[in-house]
Amino acid sequence: MEFAELIKTPRVDGVVLHRPFLPTVEGTLCLTGHHLILSSRQDNTEELWLLHANIDAIEKRFIGSLGTIIVKCKDLRIIQLDIPGMEECLNIANSIEALSTLDSVSLMYPFFYRPMFEVIEDGWNLFLPEEAFKELESMTDEWRLSEVNKDFSICPSYPALVTVPKDIDDDSLCKAATFRHGGRFPVLSYYHKKNGMVIMRASQPLTGTSGRRCKEDEKLINATLRAGKRGYIIDTRTIAVAQQAKARGGGFEQEANYPQWRRIHKAIERTNILQESLIKIVEACNDHSNSMDRWLSKLEASNWQSQVKEILTTACLAAQCIDREGASVLVHGTEGTDSTLQVTSLAQIILEPACRTVRGFQALVEREWLQAGHPFQQRCAQSAYSNEKLRSEAPVFLLFLDCVWQILRQFPCSFQFNEHFLVMLFEHTYASQFGTFLGTTAAERVKLKLSQKTVSLWSWVNRPQELERFLNPLYEPNSLVIWPSVAPQSLLLWEGVFLRWNRSTKCLDEAYEEMVHIIEYNKELQLKVNSLRRQLAELETEDALPQTP
Amino acid sequence: MLHLDFVEQVKLLDRFNNKTTTGTLYLTATHLIFVESNVPGAHEIWILHHHIASVEKLSLTTSGCPLLIQCRNFRVVHFVVPRERDCHDVYSSLLRLLRPVSYDELYAFSYNPKQNEQQREVGWQLIDLTAEFERLGLPCDQWQLSDVNRDYKVCETYPRDLYVPITASKPIIVGSSKFRSKGRFPVLTYFYQEKKAAVCRCSQPLSGFSARCLEDEHMLQAISKANHNSRFVYVMDTRPKLNALANRAAGKGYENEDNYSNIRFQFVGIENIHVMRASLQKLLEVVGTRSLSVNDYLLGLESSGWLRHIKAIVDAAIFLTKAVTVEGASVLVHCSDGWDRTAQVCALGALLMDPYYRTLKGFMVLIEKEWISFGHKFADRCDQLDGDPREVSPVFTQFLDCVWQLMEQFPQAFEFSEWFLIQLHEHVHSCQFGNFLGNSQRQREELQLKDRTYSLWAHLLSEQHNYLNPVYSPSFAERHPVLEPSTQPWNFKFWRNMYHQFDRTMHPRQSILKHTLTLKESNSKLEDTAHTLQAKLQTLGVSTSPLELHSWSREHRLPPRPQSLILGAPLSRKEAQQEEEVLGEEALEDAPDGNGGERTVEGSSATENGYGELQSSFSSKNEPAMVSLEFGVARMTC
Repeated sequence: MEFAELIKTPRVDGVVLHRPFLPTVEGTLCLTGHHLILSSRQDNTEELWLLHANIDAIEKRFIGSLGTIIVKCKDLRIIQLDIPGMEECLNIANSIEALSTLDSVSLMYPFFYRPMFEVIEDGWNLFLPEEAFKELESMTDEWRLSEVNKDFSICPSYPALVTVPKDIDDDSLCKAATFRHGGRFPVLSYYHKKNGMVIMRASQPLTGTSGRRCKEDEKLINATLRAGKRGYIIDTRTIAVAQQAKARGGGFEQEANYPQWRRIHKAIERTNILQESLIKIVEACNDHSNSMDRWLSKLEASNWQSQVKEILTTACLAAQCIDREGASVLVHGTEGTDSTLQVTSLAQIILEPACRTVRGFQALVEREWLQAGHPFQQRCAQSAYSNEKLRSEAPVFLLFLDCVWQILRQFPCSFQFNEHFLVMLFEHTYASQFGTFLGTTAAERVKLKLSQKTVSLWSWVNRPQELERFLNPLYEPNSLVIWPSVAPQSLLLWEGVFLRWNRSTKCLDEAYEEMVHIIEYNKELQLKVNSLRRQLAELETEDALPQTP
Repeated sequence: MLHLDFVEQVKLLDRFNNKTTTGTLYLTATHLIFVESNVPGAHEIWILHHHIASVEKLSLTTSGCPLLIQCRNFRVVHFVVPRERDCHDVYSSLLRLLRPVSYDELYAFSYNPKQNEQQREVGWQLIDLTAEFERLGLPCDQWQLSDVNRDYKVCETYPRDLYVPITASKPIIVGSSKFRSKGRFPVLTYFYQEKKAAVCRCSQPLSGFSARCLEDEHMLQAISKANHNSRFVYVMDTRPKLNALANRAAGKGYENEDNYSNIRFQFVGIENIHVMRASLQKLLEVVGTRSLSVNDYLLGLESSGWLRHIKAIVDAAIFLTKAVTVEGASVLVHCSDGWDRTAQVCALGALLMDPYYRTLKGFMVLIEKEWISFGHKFADRCDQLDGDPREVSPVFTQFLDCVWQLMEQFPQAFEFSEWFLIQLHEHVHSCQFGNFLGNSQRQREELQLKDRTYSLWAHLLSEQHNYLNPVYSPSFAERHPVLEPSTQPWNFKFWRNMYHQFDRTMHPRQSILKHTLTLKESNSKLEDTAHTLQAKLQTLGVSTSPLELHSWSREHRLPPRPQSLILGAPLSRKEAQQEEEVLGEEALEDAPDGNGGERTVEGSSATENGYGELQSSFSSKNEPAMVSLEFGVARMTC
């Protein structure tokens, strides 16, 4: 298909752009296959360069022959374009609608994007499972890297290489896979160096109503326990939901068959409920006519903060089992691709200082989300404004980022990256020029040849010029486990995402700049003082002056 | 006098988790002290008797007799005393101690910071309101200093020095004062020189349904005439209309626009002291709940109405500010008696209009003027003496809360940080210094406070480095002489660092404010060191480049800011050190296998945060009956 077919009017003059907290701009609107571009005639600069993929919904209005298109973006921004001429306006609107809802992955912008920078460090090769395993091997010999899923046939949503207990052979893995939803048999997620305890993740066991069991599955997870030790299974669903799952062939681990494990049920919501939550909180934040009471009641009704608290609490619980109880943990929900990953990845942020660095966090996203088969493309197909019927959209990853932000706010000196880094990741999961978040599984990414045909987000982010913006000036490596508070009074609304386009941050930005200045100036002064001291010491020794320093 | 001096083996329960500490409880004439036992560098809690709002003896438990103490600085402590008799002794002693009946019993009269008389006197002279009115350009051709209240004869709750329009003669003033509640006639409290517009304050007129007073009408006319920029004067009645209407039946009320031809009348709807008292009580109840869910928290915030009230006050101050700075009109502000809501609105308005009040000293001046001198009844509102509980109300706390909300929006506008506000709140209730004692200037003079007590301002100025805002920018004030805050509801937030100031587990474990303040202090020390070193080098005959550090380039692309720079502030430097010590201990206790290298970094403890104490661990028990999760919902029998 040619994009040109979808663009009836590629260019309109005299278009006026309205954006919150910015002056209006008049200019020429151009439509390309992937972008909506507005350049002002004054100085030839592009005022707006918007990916069609970022457009969540549009609204059209007409007053006489003046048409207005309200563009609602997936990053939650809302802009308004006044377009002279009804026909032009209709054409533009139709084109935007068509271009922003293309279903075919191969037509996505990352396949057309050519970087304007030289790729020095290819992000596609940065975080290979083999490398991660080498690190694990240096700590323990209890695990092995299995190629059982090398053609993605045992578990379509797992990567080709998975880490499993050394004593479990591939045949057992195959059998265990048949007992788990979508073939997601228990694999290693995290190894806690301090005490050798581990977090494993899987999907629900297919016990069904008849109470099926699988010796290989039991053996597999028991193999992760040290002699005499017991572990915890954290089921992210309530017991009621887990019970209901039995009727559909799913279920949970029966005590009788897993006597060395204790099961704990939590209540992380399912995807469609999370999406509703997102829609409601965004609606509340965009309504400027709220009274105090209505604002609070809408915030409450959105349940967003409750989701954050529940996810964080579960992650803290998993981390507590590992670090405090000295017990290993198996985490799963239903499919093991959403709430499970929220919990395992957040637990690692709490436990593992390396995950709080830029590289470590990228590795975590790569390992626990991309390789682990979180279906980004489905979850992020639509955002909070879309009028389309919801399929499997859900802000699962955004909630994870929100939780990370909460921890970052409570430990502002313990993260190498800043809030902007998290916001940037949120944006790129919904619309991006990079291929990183395309596809739903590792298998699909291989099939799409993303690593050859698209540029990795990490290739761009890790360039020093870009990275600078994402670094936290307050960072001081903290080797401790960091336990966040999950009290409602400690959890905040993530204004950087939800109020980003609804307020002016000029005063806050300037204050932040001043803080950075104080920090930088301190470093400079220390260097200066040290060099003066050295100079003085050298002189004194050279001249052997009798003066006391 | 007391039955006992100390009780041993007392347990202190944390109110949000199951952590207990054992120690000894000491009762002194001024403090209740808890000292953790058998720990080197033991944790101590000092509670001033004046800070105690209530003591409750709860029903006996197996481990002893629980004693619940709630403080005005939002500290809540829960002791368990092993023997009921001891508990009763502590209880009854406290009851007696925390209800002083005469001013002489207050701490301020026995507190001695080891200063001599001269220092004491200098301390009391630090804040000078005459100088403040001079700063405002007063007296001037339209406003004069009146001696009508020199002997507190016209209004005993006003200060002696009052500024009135030059055209307001003595008979007009006296006549007007007779037509106003408690004689609180309209006087100037702030003068916006740029537009020659005045902010005046008073109490409600005794208008009833139809009464009028020509002198009062003249008074308002005089205020209006004193400002050539505007043909009228705004009259802001800060009460809800319904309250004002109800007052008419009692012979009070509000100005009739027909009688005062030159006014524009406006209600702004701030609730009365009783509503505010109940609101804070409800708020504290909600946030004091254990295992509070997010939804109950948000619903509780809403139903307490606290943030709604805070917003109402800020809205009123913005209205006042706009009238004065944009329209150039003078404004007369009143409520019922003109010492609660009026003080809130005038003080907050002045803070928005005048950058001077956003400096540390200026803020003291503002409080001295709008609150202390104009007779905000600190003694009654803060319950300094055993009095009518219906007179107690968090009016001043609300003002501090409003200021904090502004700090959140304008992090560079204030010379002081929220630590200063919290410390002020502490001392408004501590009765340790003389400034806030009593209900009016006249009463303070009668108590001879300047001779018998010390000034808080001197104390605060002496340790002002603790209260400075590291990112404060005087040039911000030049660019924004008038603050224009946004009043979107999301800008009004629950002030955790105030209402949970003693609940350590709720706060960020690393404070950006503390960090930045430390760096800023270190910067000035480093500058000094560098200069000294350079001087030394010079004496050695080496010329060094002058200390011109190429300052960090401002053209830097801006990294995004964290949402707020004010994160987790310990109460004072001393408290901060204690915090750190405790955290140090925490880390020590947490550190695995005595891995000492990790201890210096701040960490936190899982058990304190209460997301699930796995009460039974497998290694110790074979068949745990229950995995109990305090914060988590899971409570299941395995």
